[in-house]
Amino acid sequence: MTTLIIADHNHASLQAAMFNTVTAAQKIGGDIHVLVAGSNAQEAAQAASRIAGVAKVLHADAPHLAKPTAENVSATVVAIAKGGGYSHILAPATGFGKNVMPRVAALLDVAQISEITVVEGADTFVRPIYAGSVLATVRSSDAIKVITVRATGFDAAAASGGSAAIESVPAAPDTGMSKVTGQELSKSERPELTSARVVVSGGRGLGSAENFKLLEALAAKLNAALGASRAAVDAGYVPNDYQVGQTGKIVAPDLYVAVGISGAIQHLAGMKDSKVIVAINKDPEAPIFQIADYGLVGDLFQIIPDLTAALG
Amino acid sequence: MKVLVAVKRVVDYNVKVRVKSDASGVDTANVKMSMNPFDEIAVEEAVRLKEKGIATEIVAVSCGLAACQETLRTALALGADRAILVETDTDLQPLAVAKLLQALAAREQPKLVILGKQAIDDDANQTGQMLAALLNWPQASFASKLDLAGDRATVKREVDGGLETIELSLPAVVTADLRLNEPRYATLPNIMKAKKKPLETTNPAALGVDVTPRLATLKVVEPPKRQGGGKVADVAELVAKLRNEAKVI
Repeated sequence: MTTLIIADHNHASLQAAMFNTVTAAQKIGGDIHVLVAGSNAQEAAQAASRIAGVAKVLHADAPHLAKPTAENVSATVVAIAKGGGYSHILAPATGFGKNVMPRVAALLDVAQISEITVVEGADTFVRPIYAGSVLATVRSSDAIKVITVRATGFDAAAASGGSAAIESVPAAPDTGMSKVTGQELSKSERPELTSARVVVSGGRGLGSAENFKLLEALAAKLNAALGASRAAVDAGYVPNDYQVGQTGKIVAPDLYVAVGISGAIQHLAGMKDSKVIVAINKDPEAPIFQIADYGLVGDLFQIIPDLTAALG
Repeated sequence: MKVLVAVKRVVDYNVKVRVKSDASGVDTANVKMSMNPFDEIAVEEAVRLKEKGIATEIVAVSCGLAACQETLRTALALGADRAILVETDTDLQPLAVAKLLQALAAREQPKLVILGKQAIDDDANQTGQMLAALLNWPQASFASKLDLAGDRATVKREVDGGLETIELSLPAVVTADLRLNEPRYATLPNIMKAKKKPLETTNPAALGVDVTPRLATLKVVEPPKRQGGGKVADVAELVAKLRNEAKVI
């Protein structure tokens, strides 16, 4: 039994969710290989080789993988999988994994098991459905299990201690079907949302994009990432990549501060596994208070500056 | 050009779902059902393409129980021209739906298939990408802006760090994200007109598709309830509790 993990990386380093994905693979059992498909991605391949528990790194390097498309990455993955030997193919349930893995599964004519949070056995997994209000235990009858891993369900594997061999493998030829022509990445001084230890999130209660900036000073004091509810994204206060929830990002930081967020189930789906939850809202009946460890009822426009100052 | 739009009937967004007492699944009896919200965005995008004179015909497709006809009537009321129901009682999983849509795409020859990025019941986020793979077409998942010119599409996609622009050749599969558009509401006259639009019914066997589930659901449970409800009186107490009790700052 051998698991192949498809690396989410930026050629120089691995995305944080990769380390949690390795832990999920360890729970499945058997050997763990990591595929790094990129262009001049030696550094990412070396980072993968150092993860404790990784036995081998496959490195596919080609110019057309510099800005990888789902079509090109899945072609390389499927070529390797058809070579045989892999019982499981995993990727983190990041934007990359969600885009690529269903394509891999369909080309192999197997089901995908999305966003697992528990490994119960080599063929049995738990995954949240209905915005996390229900947990389903599913068993796959396919020969190859294609799986995306929800990072918050698993601890991170150690980034060092491993010394896996790095083996060059051919990249599948450029399919030419699509190409990446531009990127507009959000510029932020703040830590990355899904791996931050502290997250400060704002909702519709902030009232405007201008007011949302109030949270930046608080986030800076806490060294926190900034997040938002879908309502705040819909209202145009912040870009979509801030969104925490069922259809946005899933986070589980040590501390989650929800400001002006009422707590719709779709938002709770993205943050209810946080260790400590603070809710600040003027409505004492807001559902967010039911799951908050520390609720503070009041006017956020007074509380946030006071809190920022109190954190000195 | 012809556009195919896939729509799924799901438990309404506002319903609090309950697990059946035997833990075999979610209770959907006597529960309000609606079109999956992301599929509404997909239908809206197709209708806007028609209003711009780019799309010539919009075919809405749904797969599942006979009751999916209601979902298709909604799509027709929003502006689809005709509808196809692939009727079956089998519990359809994303790979099976992708194969059914592949069979219909082979028959209908659309230039574009638009789907919601994710259904809010099974939260799988697979069908569009799988369909693109089966058709050997390019995919633009999580689209927030779609521009078509001739045989090319330019799509802005939501990615983890922001936005990515991709160019792809048609035919292609696009999955709709939240910011692609704001769907309209069906008006009463359009709801009436939709009743007269053609709705064809077929089934998996007629399309030559094996829809046998690959995943068995062993049990379905509610997660443990989080113990919350604690309150603090003011900022000073909050900071003290975070420092001394929770020890997170």
